[in-house]
Amino acid sequence: MAMLEIENIEVFYGVIQAIKGISFQVNEGEVIALIGANGAGKTTTLQTITGMISPKKGSVIFNGTDITKIPGHKIVGMGMAHVPEGRRVFSQLSVLENLKMGAYTRKDKTEIEETLATVYKSFPRLEERKNQPAGTLSGGEQQMLAMGRALMSRPKLICMDEPSMGLSPILVDEIFNIITEISKAGTTVLLVEQNAKKALSIADRAYVLETGNIVLSGDAKELMNNEQIKKAYLGE
Amino acid sequence: MSFVLYLINGISLGSVYAIIALGYTMVYGIAKMLNFAHGDVIMIGSYVSFITFSQMGVNPIVSVVMSMVVCTLLGVVIERVAYKPLRKATSPLAVLITAIGVSYFLQNAALLIFGANPVSFTSVVTLSPLKLAGGDLVISGTTIVTIVLCLIIMGCLMIFIKKTKAGQAMLAVSEDKDAAQLMGINVNATIALTFAIGSGLAAIAGVLLCSAYPTLTPYTGSMPGIKAFTAAVFGGIGSIPGALIGGILLGVIEILGRAYISSQLSDAIVFAVLIVVLLVKPSGILGKPMREKV
Repeated sequence: MAMLEIENIEVFYGVIQAIKGISFQVNEGEVIALIGANGAGKTTTLQTITGMISPKKGSVIFNGTDITKIPGHKIVGMGMAHVPEGRRVFSQLSVLENLKMGAYTRKDKTEIEETLATVYKSFPRLEERKNQPAGTLSGGEQQMLAMGRALMSRPKLICMDEPSMGLSPILVDEIFNIITEISKAGTTVLLVEQNAKKALSIADRAYVLETGNIVLSGDAKELMNNEQIKKAYLGE
Repeated sequence: MSFVLYLINGISLGSVYAIIALGYTMVYGIAKMLNFAHGDVIMIGSYVSFITFSQMGVNPIVSVVMSMVVCTLLGVVIERVAYKPLRKATSPLAVLITAIGVSYFLQNAALLIFGANPVSFTSVVTLSPLKLAGGDLVISGTTIVTIVLCLIIMGCLMIFIKKTKAGQAMLAVSEDKDAAQLMGINVNATIALTFAIGSGLAAIAGVLLCSAYPTLTPYTGSMPGIKAFTAAVFGGIGSIPGALIGGILLGVIEILGRAYISSQLSDAIVFAVLIVVLLVKPSGILGKPMREKV
């Protein structure tokens, strides 16, 4: 059964239609990539899923529950985390305080400590800098913090928006390795990326968005060899 | 000896400003808006205390608690009815103008209900004055209670923000509303809680203010409101310790200015000092410099 089902959603910003009726699904354990150019509607789609904006039409079903009308702050507790575009860490709070904020909806104190230990294991640099204000971290470290913070809620599904944005190629590799690790550890991943090559290399399946429509979809490896994709997104 | 007395009175007046300034600074920090109706909430609180204590003879503590309940509810209702619908407005001016409108609304509602004639407020503090230095230095009970209460409130508030989940939620919302929501924080409830706390404190400030300066009219709240706003900016708006430092400095400058320079110019001196501080340090004494978003 699909973990996440998007059914025919339409999203408007005022009179401008950003999403023109798209449907797709994410199955448990998969890494799904949503690729496309600037303004294709990738971020809007993700924000609709995690309840930051509400669609005019269509529905979002998560683990069998229709969450379309559920207020955004309640969705985290249902097992869905969102790593927003541009990291959005709390820059004046320390790294540790940021991570604790990620566990805001949880009440199990000892288990939170366990999750913290696993997050530190995945991101040793966060532990080294746990008392430093998040605003003083480098871009790559902030990305790791944003991912660690999302993992603190122990999500079943983690949605990531442009995790590679503004990072050096070495850091991009590191971030994508970590995403693969997160997936191997049992968390389903929905990844929005402009870096199509990287995204397709780690994804199981992918959807290609163009001006609010899904124009292509399929197995990630197959899409990588698709002539259209090669031309438009892989720069070959 | 009179200097010491002026200084203590200044600290006491400043403590009232600091408690009011907390309301401005917390709401600004969390909802990113200036609630210009805050001063008028103080006035409403004072009337509640006047009616229950001075007229009906209710126990002073019960009277203050009633005033706090009314102000807390009023603050939450104002936020819900007047400000929340404008939270996504494209111009931040919309909510600012609304706040000024709410301020006039409260003043005129009070005029209608309580009339324009000033009423004489009886101090709720029954503590006897403290005589020091062989009777040369007499500090009134109200002065002592005001300063002590201000310090207790500041301490409690800082512990609340540091140690409780609701306090942490306030910190998160003040930095980034969207990111806070992604953590599972109910942003609307957090903003409502901020208004509730600020308005509840305004009730205490109103009672203390009217206990020291016992003339109460529907306009009583507006000048202390503006001065407390100044204190918040002075100390660094958004900062809780800043509200304390700003408030007390403002109170001391006002009282000393009135005593040694000119009683008519005391307000002008207060605002002149503000201008100088802002020229030297635009973000206020404890304010953090503005960071540009990348």
